[in-house]
Formats: sequence, C-alpha cells, structure tokens
Amino acid sequence: MRVSFKWLQEYVDIPVSPSELADKLTAVGLAVEGYEDLGAQVDKVFTGKIIKIDVHPNADKLVICTVDVGGGENLQIVTGATNINENDVVPVAVEGARLAGGLKIKKTKLRGIESRGMLCSGGELGLDPESMPEEQAHGIMILSPDTPLGLDAKPLTGLDDVILELELTPNRGDCLSMVGVAREVAAIYNKQLKMPAPDLKSQSESIAGKVKVDIEEPHLCRRYIAKLLTGVKVFPSPDWMQERLRAVGIRPINNVVDVTNYILMELGQPLHAFDYHKLKEGHIIVRSARQDEKIVTLDGAERTLSGEMLVITDPTGPVAIAGVMGGLESEVTEETAAVLLESASFDPVSVRRTANALALRSESSLRFEKGVDINGCLRAAERAAQLLQAMGACDVTEGNVDNYSNPVGNKTLSVRPDRVNHVLGTNISAGVCSDILSRLQFSVQEGTEGEVLVTVPTFRPDISLEADLIEEVARMYGYDKVPQTLPQGESTRGARTKRQSLIQKVRQILTGCGLYEVITYSFHSRTEFDRLGVPADSPLRNTVALQNPLSEEQAVMRTLMLPGILDVLQRNYSRRNSNGAVFGIGTVFYPRAKEELPAEREKIAAAVMGNTPKAWGTPSHTMDFYHLKGVLEALFRSLNISSYSFEPVSAEPGYHPGRTARVCVKGNDIGFLGEIHPQVLENYELPDRVAALELDLETFLEFAANFGRYHKLPKFPGVERDLALVVPQEVAVRDVLRVIKKAGGELLKEVELFDVYQGRQVQEGSKSLAFSLQFQAQDRTLTDKEIDACISAITSRLAKDVNAELRS
Amino acid sequence: MEEKLRAIAQEAKQLLDRATNMDQLNEIRVKFLGKKGELTKVLRGMGALSADERPRIGQLANSVQADLEDYLNHSMSEVKNKELEAQLAGEKIDVTLPGTPFSLGKNHPLTRVQQEIEDIFLGLGFSIMEGPEIETDFYNFEALNIPKDHPARDMQDTFFTGPEELLRTHTSPIQIRTMEKTAPQVPLKIIAPGRVYRRDDDATHSPMFHQVEGLAVDTRITFADLKGVLQIFAEEMFGIKTRTRFRPSYFPFTEPSAEMDISCVMCGGKGCRVCSRTGWLEILGCGMVNPRVLEVSGYDAEKFTGFAFGMGVERIAMLKYGIDDMRLLFDNDLRFLAQI
Repeated sequence: MRVSFKWLQEYVDIPVSPSELADKLTAVGLAVEGYEDLGAQVDKVFTGKIIKIDVHPNADKLVICTVDVGGGENLQIVTGATNINENDVVPVAVEGARLAGGLKIKKTKLRGIESRGMLCSGGELGLDPESMPEEQAHGIMILSPDTPLGLDAKPLTGLDDVILELELTPNRGDCLSMVGVAREVAAIYNKQLKMPAPDLKSQSESIAGKVKVDIEEPHLCRRYIAKLLTGVKVFPSPDWMQERLRAVGIRPINNVVDVTNYILMELGQPLHAFDYHKLKEGHIIVRSARQDEKIVTLDGAERTLSGEMLVITDPTGPVAIAGVMGGLESEVTEETAAVLLESASFDPVSVRRTANALALRSESSLRFEKGVDINGCLRAAERAAQLLQAMGACDVTEGNVDNYSNPVGNKTLSVRPDRVNHVLGTNISAGVCSDILSRLQFSVQEGTEGEVLVTVPTFRPDISLEADLIEEVARMYGYDKVPQTLPQGESTRGARTKRQSLIQKVRQILTGCGLYEVITYSFHSRTEFDRLGVPADSPLRNTVALQNPLSEEQAVMRTLMLPGILDVLQRNYSRRNSNGAVFGIGTVFYPRAKEELPAEREKIAAAVMGNTPKAWGTPSHTMDFYHLKGVLEALFRSLNISSYSFEPVSAEPGYHPGRTARVCVKGNDIGFLGEIHPQVLENYELPDRVAALELDLETFLEFAANFGRYHKLPKFPGVERDLALVVPQEVAVRDVLRVIKKAGGELLKEVELFDVYQGRQVQEGSKSLAFSLQFQAQDRTLTDKEIDACISAITSRLAKDVNAELRS
Repeated sequence: MEEKLRAIAQEAKQLLDRATNMDQLNEIRVKFLGKKGELTKVLRGMGALSADERPRIGQLANSVQADLEDYLNHSMSEVKNKELEAQLAGEKIDVTLPGTPFSLGKNHPLTRVQQEIEDIFLGLGFSIMEGPEIETDFYNFEALNIPKDHPARDMQDTFFTGPEELLRTHTSPIQIRTMEKTAPQVPLKIIAPGRVYRRDDDATHSPMFHQVEGLAVDTRITFADLKGVLQIFAEEMFGIKTRTRFRPSYFPFTEPSAEMDISCVMCGGKGCRVCSRTGWLEILGCGMVNPRVLEVSGYDAEKFTGFAFGMGVERIAMLKYGIDDMRLLFDNDLRFLAQI
C-alpha cells in the first residue's frame, strides 16, 4: 500500500524524517519496500498563468504562449499542448529547471521562435499518468484558477511528498489505511492519534420511509448502514483531495467517487455509492445470488453469479456484488441527484471466495477479506457525507438506516508478563508490557494474579491469543533488543541416519566416477511416455496428475526419472556439450487406490553419452553400456554389496532390446541398466549411443553397508594361471564364470576376464575369452601338480557345460 | 720380486684409470686380483724366496693387493656414478605435460548447499527428518493454522492433485508429522530438507524448489534461543563476520514471527546492487511455534514452547555462488555444473 507522508501527518505528529520513519515501520513489522521522494528530481517549476495564446507562424501543431509567472516580465513559451486555454494556471518550468527523468530546461528556439521554458504535464513532473484525471493524463496539468502566480509548484502538485510503499502481511488488514498506519506511528513515538471526527449537520428531512434494508444472510453481512444524500451535484473534487488520491495511486473521477475512495484510503472502510433513483423503492436486500444470476459490474463486464455469492439487490435484481464491486446500472453519473451510500461489514471468507471465483480482486474485496472494523462503519459513512457536504455537493438526510442486530463487542484477553519473558527470553517489566499495549490502543487493566487484562478493539481481528499479544509487545519493544542465547536443557544427538549417510556416499562414489549430479523437475508432460515408447497399457502411465498445472509440460508427476535425465542430456547435446555423464536422485509417484496419498519412492538414475575426455597417453573411450556398468559395479563395491547380477532383458520400455540388463541384488530386482533404444534416441534428438540406468534407491540401500568384514590375509603365496578359451558366440560370460568357479573349488580364489576377442583368428560364430585365475591355499604353498589338477577339472567341465575349447 | 709386484700395481692402476665401464673394470679385476690373476701368480712364487725375505715380500704383496682393491673400488664407484648420470640425463621427461586425467563429477550446487546447512545443524544437535512431497491439505495448511479461505493461502500458490491433496508448498508439514510422532517427548530438534512446489515460474521463482525447515520444542525454548541458533547458522554459512537482523513478520504457524536478514554478503552491509542498497539480505522466515500448532500436534502449549524456521536453498545457493537467474539451477548445463 502507498502511504503519503504528507497525508499521514494529518493524523499524527511525526517527529522524524520520512526515511527514519520507513526504517522504524520496517522494524515493527510494517515492511517498507519502496521509498519515493516525489519531487526529488524537480526544481524551478513555478505556477504561471497563460495570458495569451498565439498561432506559430511556422508550425501548425505548435502555439506561442505568453505566460505570467509572477516575476514581472512575461515569458514566451512555445508548446505543442492542445488542452490549454488562455487564463489557465499551469506549472511552468523556467530556464535552468529540472524535471523528472533528468530533463533540463534551457532557452531554445522552436521552428524559429524563441521559447523560454516549458509548460508541464503531470508526467513531466513525475506524477503517474494513471492517477491523473482522464482529461489531463496526456496533456498539461491544469491547476485551480485562483492559484497565486510565481509560487513553487511542488507543494501545489503534491510533489513535496514522500511515498512509503508498505508490503503488509495478510494479518494486518487494519493497516490498509492512513489512520491504521497513523495508529502504529502514534504507538511507536508515543503520540496522540488524531481521529477524524465527522461533525455532521443534517440538512434535509429524515431518511425514514425512503430507504429500507433487509439482510437475508445475517451471518454473511452483520451490519449494513445506508445513508441518503440528496440534492447531489457531481463535479470534480477539490485539488487537495485529488492530490492525496493521486499520491496513493488512485485516479480522481468525480467528487462522489473520490470521496468513497478517500474514505477507503483514510479509514479502510470500503463504501459504495448507489444512484438512489436507480434503486427500486430505495429497497436494499442483501441475499445470496440465485444460481446463474447475472450482473454487469462497474468495469463493464457481465458476471455470472452462483448461489454461494452474496449480492446487494433491489426488488428487481442485483445492484452490486457484496464487498467486491458495484453494478454499472446503479452507478453514480453526472445526472445523479441522490446517492445511497453503503457502509457495511461483509464476511471475509465469503468475499474472498466470491472474488476468487470471479477472478475479480478489488481494493474493496482486498480489505473485506482481511477483516474490516465492524464498529467503524458509521464513522465512515458520516465522514463521507460530511466531506461531500463540505464541498457543497449534497444535502444530508437526517439519520441512517443501520441494520446491525448483533453488535460485536471488544474481546478481552489476558497476558502474563512472566509468560512474555518465558517465550521471548527477555526481562521486560509488567509496566513496559502494559505501556506498549495501551499505546497500541488496547485498554489495559491489572488482573488479580499479576496478569494484564487486555481489551482488544474490533479493528484488530488478528489478535486472539496471548501469543498474539506477546508478539505485539515484542515488536514494539524491539526484536533487536532480545538477546541471543542457545537452548538450555537436555542435549540432543545430531546425526544422519544410516540411509541418509549411505545416500551421501552414493553421491560421493558417482561423482568420483565422473558423473555430475543434476536436479530435474518432479513433473513432466503426459506425452513423455510416448517419447519414451512406454506401451499404452503400461502401469507407468498411471500417474498422479496436477489439477492446475502451469503448463502441459508439467502436467503429471513422474513415475520414472529417466525422461528428466534424457532431457538434460538432450539440452546439453544441443549446446554442443556432447560428452556427458550425469545422475540424479529424486522421487517418483505412484497413485494408490485405497490410500489417501500416493506412494513415493526414491530413485536414482544415471546416463552417459559421448566419450571420456581426450588426453595424451590415455586413449579416450566411448561411454557405453560397459562404462556405466563399471560405474555401477564400483558403486556396489563401495557400498559392500557383493551378490548382484545382471540378467538380459529384451522388452524394457525405452531401452535397447539387445543391450539391456535387469539389475538384481540378492535376488531382488532393483531396476534396469541399458542402452537407450535407437527410436527413443531419435525422439529425444540424442546421439546414437546413450547408456542409462534407473534403480530403486530404497531397495538397494537395504543391502548396502557402510563397513565390510575383515577376512584373514593369506600367509602363503598364490599362483596365477591364464586360461584362453574359445566358446560359441551366444554363450554368456556369466555362465562361463559360473562353471569356472564351481569347478575350480576352494583353491580358486579369483577369476578375472581380461580379454574378449572375435575376429579372423577365431572361427566364425565363436569368440575367444581370456581369464586370469588366482589359486591359493590358507595353509600351504600349492604345488604345480595341485594346480594342474584344478585347471584340468575346470577345462573338462567347461568343455561339457559351455562347449568351450582351450585356445591353442 | 719386489719390482715385479710394483710393476703389476702400476700397470693395474694405469688400466683402471683408462677404463670407462663396469665390464672393463671387471676384466681388470680378474686379470690382476682374480684366482688366476697376476698377483696370485707372483704370490705362488713366494716359495722360492729366502726365509728372511718371505715375511717382507709377503707383507708387501698384501699391501699391494689391498691398495689395488681400494683403487678398484674407487674406480668402480666413479664409473657407476658416471653411468647413473648418463642414465638420468637420458630419462628426462617434460614435467609440464598434464597428468593422466581422472574424470570427476560434482554434486549439484543445491545439494552442496543443502548438505552444508545440514552439517551446521547436525553440529547443533538437530537430526534430519523427511516427509512426503504430495501432502494433504491438513498437514500442509490446516494443522499449520492456515484454514481454508485464509488470506495467508495467497502467500503460497498451490498445485493440487486432488480435492484435499496437493504438492507441499513448504517443508513445514514435516514439523507436524514429526511432532505427532514424538509428542509429548522433548527435547525435539529437527531439520527437514526437501523439494517443495509453488505455481510460480520466472527468474526468481521456480515451480519446484528446495527448503530446509527447522524445529525445536522443549520446556524452555525462547525467541532469544531462536536468535542465537540462527546467528550461529549465519556465521557458519556466510562467514564469521556476518551480522543478523530480525524483523517482525507474519506466518500463521508462528507467533511471534520474524524475517531474518543477514548483512549483505557482497558489500558487507555498505549497500550495493545485490542488497538494493539496503546493506541487508532477507534470508529466512522464523518464529515461535504458534500454540495452536503445538496443540494440534499433541504438545501442551502451556508446558512446552518451540521455535521454527524455514529457508530457501536456492536463495542461499544463488548468494553463495553469485547466480542471478534461478532457472540456471534447473537447467543442468554441464558447463555450469562443472564451473561452480
């Protein structure tokens, strides 16, 4: 909210500068987010009267003005303005003047005619054109004709003001007005709050019989005041009021509308002015809207209402949406002769729902939904009537219709000074507590047991607990005066759980293997499954969908990490980062029929493309299936997972049918590792080889351990033998290894595959495998004879089981 | 005989002086000092000497032998040194060539910042809790004192997945879930990091982002404790000279509530572009747990008090790494990830 420092001073004496006030307001919880010294850039602009307007001999669109700026000699000023007349008083920038935006005024010639200054528009002075009266928004600013000449124009145009932009929290609806802010200022500096006190003299006969108000929904409208103004004359409101409205960003329209806006800003009470003669029988009915009932609102839009919305109607139909916006039909116009002024209290939730449902947030709804003081309605109505009366714009009818059947009283709370200090960790005396609260206009009484009894006025609906009063004390006492301590009492252990520390370790290993961690969104497009080639009937397509996504790209919660990871590779590939190794840890979501919330599983996914870095002396290699498998095996080793296996699979969505494995740990499936299907690569615009994996992190961490177990180191030397075999091509290495291990018995400690060869030196349809075998016994040095026996057992088993021959 | 011995010694020394490698030295050793060498031959002739001369010549022969052996050893070590020098000279490499590359990746900057936050609070006795990312309206809002149609719901534009289910808009539901499980036991000190979601997408907002929530409940937790703990956090995270400032604010689930600012990490508080010339940076929201929230979660609000805080990991990462567009953090450009 924009707060005018100048206007604010009407209600409270402010003993500090605007910038000091800004800091202080921030320190008590009314955050000042913007500070605008309106006239800071403007200098040497004076009031001047246009004596004469002559045509320009050399230009159709320019005129020559003779301007009296009160300094004796008249100035000749050339202008292109079209909204000026002789005898208008306008702001005049003279030679040497500075204007908003840094413009400097010098003597100049325009099309051969000398010009010694400039007539100013509001915009040139730094005023927001949106807040100017329509006819002046794009032309020269016209001042009141009785303005003395030669005065500094800044005070007259409101440029001697500073605007503080408040970013109010939702609980402080009471500060959405000048008086509300002034109340805080008065409390801060211990000053008197000067409330406007309307001194209203009624001039015409009683309202009785002319206006009737029926409230059908008393829980949604607890009070409705109607005030009748007759003999209404609609004209522009006086300069001082226009200036104030402009300062807070409201465009002056006419006196009636301006006064309702002025009260809105001054007291925070939204008012509505109806053209009384457009209301049938002067009869106001506050009721729920009929389903699909229609109203054209002030902004010209037709609104379709629903049964949950509260409307103001006359016997013929809706004339306003309660607390949100008035209807066009009963709007005040220049022909309006009588005004029915509404000052009411509407239910915050109802107004909020209605405004949300219609997507129509107004200054009025903004205030109602945060709570408007129900006991301030009357003052606001009378103040508005008084202002209009004072401008000679109306006669005020005697009395009001005030439909307020259940008056709301102030509530009383108790606050214990001990409790204040117990919560804050301070040592604030009871006297200081009471003083702070009474400055904030709470009335304070001493209770029987040392507590303070606090009466909370109805303008502070946010205060309902002792804790709320503690906050009031704390913020006025000053958060900066609260000491800094550390919690006392029993100490607690701060440690990661085993799972949390294992996940950290997973990250360490993967980054140690050259993978970069990426973070991808948890949602993606529905079409992602088509891109990935997931079959139409796959359970993976059963997703949790967002009801209100920002875009179709983020419509469903992921059931797979892979799409996000492939997207990352694609984005990088398109930017010529063609070598990439990445992983991500994240959550996937599966709907559950009988549970309130979907199932969430933590997954890990990784993908590689391109080559390892080029370097001298070390050949670069393609990061393919085996590269990523090596990374995964390293991960298993470091997490002390020993019994894992890779089983070929041929129909996993997204993956290459001949280059994909199911990953199992101790017989449990934990996910897949494979190369991405060529069709999918094409869909994602990726290069021709990408390997990826996606594993269920939670299952696999169940088998992980931070520590391994010690086994005695052998005392006797081992013997290494190489074994070169030729086997049919379709034989899996895993099967050969199984045979070797089984046949090798206890003495065979380790087997490593160190070469695979297919080519000219091996028969077609076969491949050569070379293994290195390590034999060792715990209790003796093995003899050649023993080892030979082992080897021959192995080779004969291999010949039988996998059709292997020793390579000659 | 005496002359012969001297002549042998002289000849041997001359040969040794001329020798340039170990093979030559070995030949010389065999020739003069070997079992069939010159010196041995002379000594075999000792029998022909008189008993007078024998001891003297014997002594001489021994000294010649010892002398020659010394001379030989000396020559050998000289040659060895020369050979080693020659070897070293030939083996020179270019030490400015780069080493064998080991590819190393990095954790995502958000992970690194989150771990740093976690480590600070672990050290202060907080443990780490987690919770679901899809939450019920109850845990995300109602239990946190944000009833339906409350204006505070505007502060968090929400993605819904069902009438009562939504993507959590903050990590605060974990407070409730943890308190429900723990109440009425104290002390309770936890932090809760995690992904959260709001319907915003621009240079300073991402529809998915990360928060770390903190909560302490005990019989005597004070607002002063909150200030003290967060001061330590600020110093550990942003440097020992960091100052903090607490401003009153509003969160439905805390009362009193505060925003914590830190002295600007760029200018140290003098005022610069990053802090909009204020010298301060808003870093987190915090406060004393609202008694209603304690009661909903099973703690007697008269007996127990608590503090809570919540911070955005992105905001801190952007400040620490000097990132000006939040979208970079979710773009995952490998050049960016490798750089910072």
